[in-house]
Amino acid sequence: MSPTVRLQEMIRVIRSARTQGEERGVIQRECAAIRAQFRQADNGGRSHNLAKLLYVHMLGYPAHFGQMECVRLIASPRYNEKRVGYLGAMMLLDENQDASLLITNSIKNDLAHSSQYVQSLALCTLACMGSAEMCRDLAPEIDRLLRASSSYIKKKATLCAVHIVRKVPELGELFTPAARALLAEKNHGVLHGAIILITELCERNTQTLVQFREAVPELVHIMRGLVTSGYSPEHTVAGISDPFLQVRILRLLRILGRNNDTASDAMNDLLAQVATNTDSSKTAGSAVLYETVLTVMDIKSESGLRVLAVNILGRFLLNNDRNIRYISMTSLQKIVMTDHNAVQRHRGTIVDCLKDQDASVKRRALELSLALVSAINIRSMMKELLLFLSTCPPELKSHAASGIFNAAERYAPSQRWHIDTILHVLTTAGGDVRDETVPNLIQLITNTSQLHCYTVHKLYRALVADISQQPLVQVACWCIGEYGDSLLRGECEETEPVQVTEDDILDALETVLQSHMSSPATRGFALTATMKLSTRITENVDRIRSIVSIYGSCIDVELQQRAVEYNALFKKYDHMRAAVLEKMPVMDRSSSGQTNGESGGGGVQELEPTKPKQPEVVVAPQPASQVCDLLDLLSGPDEPSLPGTTLGPASSMTGSAGGDLLDLLGGLELTPTLPTVPAAVTVYEKSGVCLKLSCERPLDASQTITLTATNASDHDITAFTLQAAVPKNVQLQMKAPSGDALPARSSASVTQTVLLHNPNKVSLKMRVRLSYISQGSTVQDTVQIDSFPSPGL
Amino acid sequence: MIKFVLMVNRQGQTRLSRYYQPVALRRRAALEADVVRGCLYRKKDQCSFVEYKDFKLVYRHYASLYIVVGITESENELSVYELVHNFVEVLDKYFSRVSELDIMFNMDKVHLILDEMIQNGHVVETSRTRILAPLSALDTLALS
Repeated sequence: MSPTVRLQEMIRVIRSARTQGEERGVIQRECAAIRAQFRQADNGGRSHNLAKLLYVHMLGYPAHFGQMECVRLIASPRYNEKRVGYLGAMMLLDENQDASLLITNSIKNDLAHSSQYVQSLALCTLACMGSAEMCRDLAPEIDRLLRASSSYIKKKATLCAVHIVRKVPELGELFTPAARALLAEKNHGVLHGAIILITELCERNTQTLVQFREAVPELVHIMRGLVTSGYSPEHTVAGISDPFLQVRILRLLRILGRNNDTASDAMNDLLAQVATNTDSSKTAGSAVLYETVLTVMDIKSESGLRVLAVNILGRFLLNNDRNIRYISMTSLQKIVMTDHNAVQRHRGTIVDCLKDQDASVKRRALELSLALVSAINIRSMMKELLLFLSTCPPELKSHAASGIFNAAERYAPSQRWHIDTILHVLTTAGGDVRDETVPNLIQLITNTSQLHCYTVHKLYRALVADISQQPLVQVACWCIGEYGDSLLRGECEETEPVQVTEDDILDALETVLQSHMSSPATRGFALTATMKLSTRITENVDRIRSIVSIYGSCIDVELQQRAVEYNALFKKYDHMRAAVLEKMPVMDRSSSGQTNGESGGGGVQELEPTKPKQPEVVVAPQPASQVCDLLDLLSGPDEPSLPGTTLGPASSMTGSAGGDLLDLLGGLELTPTLPTVPAAVTVYEKSGVCLKLSCERPLDASQTITLTATNASDHDITAFTLQAAVPKNVQLQMKAPSGDALPARSSASVTQTVLLHNPNKVSLKMRVRLSYISQGSTVQDTVQIDSFPSPGL
Repeated sequence: MIKFVLMVNRQGQTRLSRYYQPVALRRRAALEADVVRGCLYRKKDQCSFVEYKDFKLVYRHYASLYIVVGITESENELSVYELVHNFVEVLDKYFSRVSELDIMFNMDKVHLILDEMIQNGHVVETSRTRILAPLSALDTLALS
């Protein structure tokens, strides 16, 4: 009985089993028969039994009892049996099994066998599951085979060497000379294996890498031969001769050319040639071009070549084959950081890919679009992104929402636009935004005081429409609590006026409190908002009192605590109620990102300038560049001072704004409002302009100095700027001034904070230059400050 | 490098599996099921590359069979895409118009062909004639 037929018959029987249980039964019977056969002495059917066992193993059933049989079959002189034995070894054994040690000797013998097919079997198995000891034993054999044997064996031996190098990296030196010699081979298979071996050696050992850099001209020559050669029947795929080998060589060139100018120069011409000559109408050509682009981007190539590479990627984007579109977007993602402008040119196509059907393409297009957002294209990009947000798959929603927030944060052209965008996102994808969005948004709204009316109207309308999106509801409650009076006033220049009564507002807040869709945090927001309204509205205070007292017996501990405290505020501390529930002051962002327990996510946003200070950013860089000029004029200091463009004052940002009643009460015990002003010394007084300087407590070697300027004359002063210079070794950082206009008769002043860092404790001197425009003419003056006042309390 | 090669039919039954990085037996079934689920339910107009856990999958659909190759991050996906097609062409030449049944019933031969082409996770030989030459020699040897 021909054994293969028996295997086929078994397969047929297994296939005909109709249920899983039946199949299991058949297989168990077969396995039992095979086990019995194994225990018997040698008969002709051993290899076929093992073949059947391997099939069963592939289906997922345990087959470990075949391991010893593999060992026996490998040792057999018959080729058929050896073949199945080695296959079994590759599939059933790995280096953790004890049986694998037993085949070491067989492999050694077979490597020296006369028949090359047997040799190839041994090589294949060694490459597949050779353990470290086996590799060490047999490495010299492999080396011998690498040098002198047929090309059939050589190509397998090279891959075996790759495995050995992976297992035992020290043996890499053994193979280096052989690998170098193999580059001269003509056979593509051997060449391919040699390239892989060299790649592996270079990746593991930097000295080998340096050695192989000398082989770059040889590789370039081989590659050129491939690109310019005509049709070769063996290796041509879709018009490209051996694309697999080309791709491999390009990857090796990438590794060799990284961070090395000479090697990169040698490759420039070749890469340009490959990029222009390769036909990209079929996938094979595209594969080669893709690898070329990756190589160009990674080595130190000249700019013309990089532009060519980005253009190739742009062409890929327009390709009909979505695989190629996906690939090009992945690569564009990698290079958008370094070659931003080149990628911007393809922005239109990328944005179109947001509408593609495929989820992977969409994800890539989203990431790329977010990376491409800049101040110039923010409006159009945001339109596209918001459109995308409403139709995108749910797994991408939160990523898209946070990306949109970041982009809006950085490049918003106006505050109203910023708030509109955030509100739009909250209404479309409110459930998927991150937690720190709520405090960030609240802070943003507080800071844009002129839009309070508009914001609260919009939020109220959104709240009435839908209370299921928690972040939106939280922000809306907070705003209504804070700015409820603007809401009641009704008129607002930016939106159509709508008559809102106090009852409507309280109804809305009560709905939020009672709805089962509201999370406990949201309820907390709503309760505090209701409380705040008690000072803002006049008529329904009793209704508020009753709401608050109901929640005094709420099950949720947090709500209950709040309600009880608010009740106390009504009863015992009614005189303090107005002060406690005053409007929140403008919150500043701290540079250390102290948010409500989450410092990571907010960190990126903290370092960017906040929107209300946007106009002042324009003024600050000018004094910065001129400070350096000032230093050139002064004889002493030649250490450039740090131009001050960061704007983060030191006060830390409070967390979730709604729940900080306790903090407010605590703050009420201490003396409220402004910190004590330290002693100010007048350092300059001329034609009505007066400059005062005050120091704060020095900490280690740092001092904070506040410069205050007032104008006592009868004429307004505009474009008032201060520049300062300090001696060598002292570092100066000027914060942005509060403004640049000094109205007449000291009605307002300009303050500017200066940070000095004096590590060597040299005596502090400062030269300040003022410049301003008064009555149409520019005035400039310099004052030297030699002694600093002692710091105040 | 290539992590594994799988051939799966429409119903999710594995017809061929070859792992180039050792994966424990009990995890294989879960991995195969997961991978197959990822690929089988994709529509025609979606691209052939899937990001799965920390590596990538490249799959191609031929009649009733799906060939799925798992590759590491550093590998060129388009190149592997072409490799899959190359493999199918070789099988086609050997079995003359290969079908799923041919692969099922001649699993050992298919393994040999695969070993000639991919060894240890890397491509060894891509030329059709060179791959099939030793196999035909072995067949004559086996018959004799």
